[in-house]
Amino acid sequence: MSVAIRVASFIGLMLISIQSWAEYKLDLRPGVTSVSQGAYEIHTLVMWICVAIGIIVFGAMIYSIIMHRKSRGHKAAKFDDNLTVEIVWTIIPFIILGFMAVPATKVLLAMEDVTNSDMSIKVTGYQWKWHYDYLGEDINFFSNLSTPIEDIQNKSTKTENYLLEVDNRVVVPVNKKIRLLFTSNDVIHAWWIPDFAVKKDAIPGYINESWFKTDKIGTYRGQCAELCGTNHGFMPIVVDVVSADDYAIWVASQKEDAAAAVASSNKTWTMDELMDHGKTVYTTSCVACHQANGEGLANVFPGLKGSVIAIGDVTKHIDVVVNGVPGTAMQAFGAQLNDADLAALITYERNAWGNDAGDMVQPADIKAFR
Amino acid sequence: MSAVIEEIQDDHHDHKPTGLGRWLFSTNHKDIGTMYLWFSFTMLFVGGSLALIIRAELFQPGLQFVEPEFFNQLTTLHGLIMVFGVIMPAFVGLANWMVPLMIGAPDMALPRMNNLSFWLLVAAFSLLLASLAMSLMGMGSAPNFGWTFYAPLSTTYGPDSTDYFIFSVHLMGISSIMGAINIIATIINMRAPGMTYMKMPIFIWTWFITAYLLIAVMPILAGVVTMMLTDRNFGTSFFDAAGGGDPVLFQHIFWFFGHPEVYIMILPAFGIISQIVPAFSRKKLFGYTSMVYATSSIAFLSFIVWAHHMFTTGMPVATELFFMYATMLIAVPTGVKVFNWVSTMWQGSLTFETPMLFAIAFIFMFTIGGFTGLMLSIVPADFQYHDTYFVVAHFHYVLVTGALYAIFAAIYFWIPKWTGNMYDEGLGKLHFWVSTVSVNVLFFPMHFVGLAGMPRRIPDYNMQFAEFNAIASVGAFVFGFAQLILLYNVVKTIRGRSTEKATDQVWENAEGLEWTLPSPAPFHSFTTPPTVK
Repeated sequence: MSVAIRVASFIGLMLISIQSWAEYKLDLRPGVTSVSQGAYEIHTLVMWICVAIGIIVFGAMIYSIIMHRKSRGHKAAKFDDNLTVEIVWTIIPFIILGFMAVPATKVLLAMEDVTNSDMSIKVTGYQWKWHYDYLGEDINFFSNLSTPIEDIQNKSTKTENYLLEVDNRVVVPVNKKIRLLFTSNDVIHAWWIPDFAVKKDAIPGYINESWFKTDKIGTYRGQCAELCGTNHGFMPIVVDVVSADDYAIWVASQKEDAAAAVASSNKTWTMDELMDHGKTVYTTSCVACHQANGEGLANVFPGLKGSVIAIGDVTKHIDVVVNGVPGTAMQAFGAQLNDADLAALITYERNAWGNDAGDMVQPADIKAFR
Repeated sequence: MSAVIEEIQDDHHDHKPTGLGRWLFSTNHKDIGTMYLWFSFTMLFVGGSLALIIRAELFQPGLQFVEPEFFNQLTTLHGLIMVFGVIMPAFVGLANWMVPLMIGAPDMALPRMNNLSFWLLVAAFSLLLASLAMSLMGMGSAPNFGWTFYAPLSTTYGPDSTDYFIFSVHLMGISSIMGAINIIATIINMRAPGMTYMKMPIFIWTWFITAYLLIAVMPILAGVVTMMLTDRNFGTSFFDAAGGGDPVLFQHIFWFFGHPEVYIMILPAFGIISQIVPAFSRKKLFGYTSMVYATSSIAFLSFIVWAHHMFTTGMPVATELFFMYATMLIAVPTGVKVFNWVSTMWQGSLTFETPMLFAIAFIFMFTIGGFTGLMLSIVPADFQYHDTYFVVAHFHYVLVTGALYAIFAAIYFWIPKWTGNMYDEGLGKLHFWVSTVSVNVLFFPMHFVGLAGMPRRIPDYNMQFAEFNAIASVGAFVFGFAQLILLYNVVKTIRGRSTEKATDQVWENAEGLEWTLPSPAPFHSFTTPPTVK
């Protein structure tokens, strides 16, 4: 009897202390969707069943360690087999597993039901950024890490969302079932937002799907979860869930930005404008491999400072940037950047870090090249 | 030729070859076992050093010591070295030493192959470590795609050293298969008269089953790296979607090898614990027969659960359910083993020498790893755990406090028989307590950061994960340096100047043929077979 009380009070103490630990982020988060709450509940159920079994098994071991020691003069018993107990402790686990399997199956079936969605977003993994394409909306954009490199190199103070902030966020309306389609442009990535319990691999040649629907307006953050090369740790995901009105405003602003981008590709730029904008593009699209100083990483990513391509023939330079280099990590940026971005970027690369090509590339040159 | 004849004629009981030749050309199971164990021990310090660089980098947010590119090389080589260079060779070394002694055989059945399989392993790791050395000298990147080397990161996007890696894995595979064939041939053919299968020590049983797993899956690993080789160099597209191939096929083949591999790394540990717990409980092992059946069941199940490593790849729901249910079933035979160990201790007459301490710690912490394994089998929850530090915590609990702790226990248990000297019990206990406290400081907080959302294999992280990462790093350094205590103790025991001599029986209640031999076990033993009643 006293043992039972002791065990009960032990469990109670653990429960209380785990409640008070919650603020230290020890446990899984319940999240903001029905699916994430389902995952949280099954996690909690299985964990507490394990704790209960652990208390019984470890309790027996600890009792034995204390009471059945030779130093207390305990004499060894002779038994070494018992068919009945063997059968009992084979069958009881089966039953316990059944109690876990039924709710787990229910949650899983709900998770995998992507039917009746309100809108679809195609998510494409790139080394090392995400591309989002709102199907049927003519909205698409890349989303890059926006944490400054100085923060990563400990030269400035890190902010709350260090490594979890991007330049272009995914914006979706609240209370809508959002279907996500996943694929990849290069290696396997995985798109993960813990608060939605959505984690799906983005695999080249495959289209995977998942969904989420939440009634809580807010900003939700996650990261790539599948090792995808050098900057795997630096491709976060940020989703803004907004009201229907705010979503409509966002959609309109996206379309304005697209029109502005077309206009900027049609004008002639000055050298200063090109260099200025080029640095911005370089910092989001190129710096991960070629580095801020243009020197690359020895034997992994070539440098651009003083390189034959960056100060040599301009057409060759445009070709490498627009079409990439097959079989290497150098991507075809023609599909990712508009003419103005590319012109500014290439001009920047030819004239930064002491490179002295001295020439300008205009959006029209890129258009002609394409 | 004449030298060989002279050696055969020279049947002096404890004749040993001398010099470097004794080791290079050895066909003696004890010497080869010793070499395997020293190889494993060396690799433990190499792989451990890489882990300490990783933990130093992860001590604080921000990049301090290594670039992300080198960080990926560190995680890859740490995993490969610990799996193929530490745990597996240590078990093969223990099998080499103990299988003939425990079944009453004079040596392994195929002694020359035994020599070849050891030296191939050395060649394999020379290649692998050469790529790390070249990386450090600025001559290109070492393998940087994780120990699971998923395509296309390791094929289209792999560094030049990937071909070194492929050749190295081929050599490791050949080495392991030869080792496994040797163990099977020895156990089937060379048991002492009267030792029926159901009288074999449980360590022999677990290794017997492990050896079959090795023969079944190492060729699959060889197959997958061969496909990588042709994808990279000969224009095939097994794993390249652009050429009509399938990147997910890689994962299916890899994990069809990889999951049985997980049990290859734990079944011999089960055997070791099943030898040690009865010895220090002064009771027979509870449920010998059910232990044999449980081990066989685990081995069988290991072949039908591989895709539980791949739940996020987008399999059909029916497939996910099958692999979830099959994986959950593993809890049943694993539970039986734990219950049997506890029942062996129950009503015993327990003493707590170092091998027993490590064995008890194994049961506690392996069970914790088993619980998290059960949690990971639940698909909806796995979507949250997959590729986070929760998984890192899980497999380090089963591999470090599981497999590695069993190896530590085995070393303390049998080293008196190997060297004829008792190890220093005080140092052994010190090693145990420092290791056990620090290993939990190291790995337990990883559960928390994983559940909070920290992905694995990242060189930098958000501040919300900072406290537990700092704690884990402190644990890592203490645990790492604690292994020098073991090294010192082992060297001290081998030198034997300031240690007690071991008796033949060594442990009061240990059972088995190995304890009927003198300590140290003579260079050639059981030249006439003992009889088992």
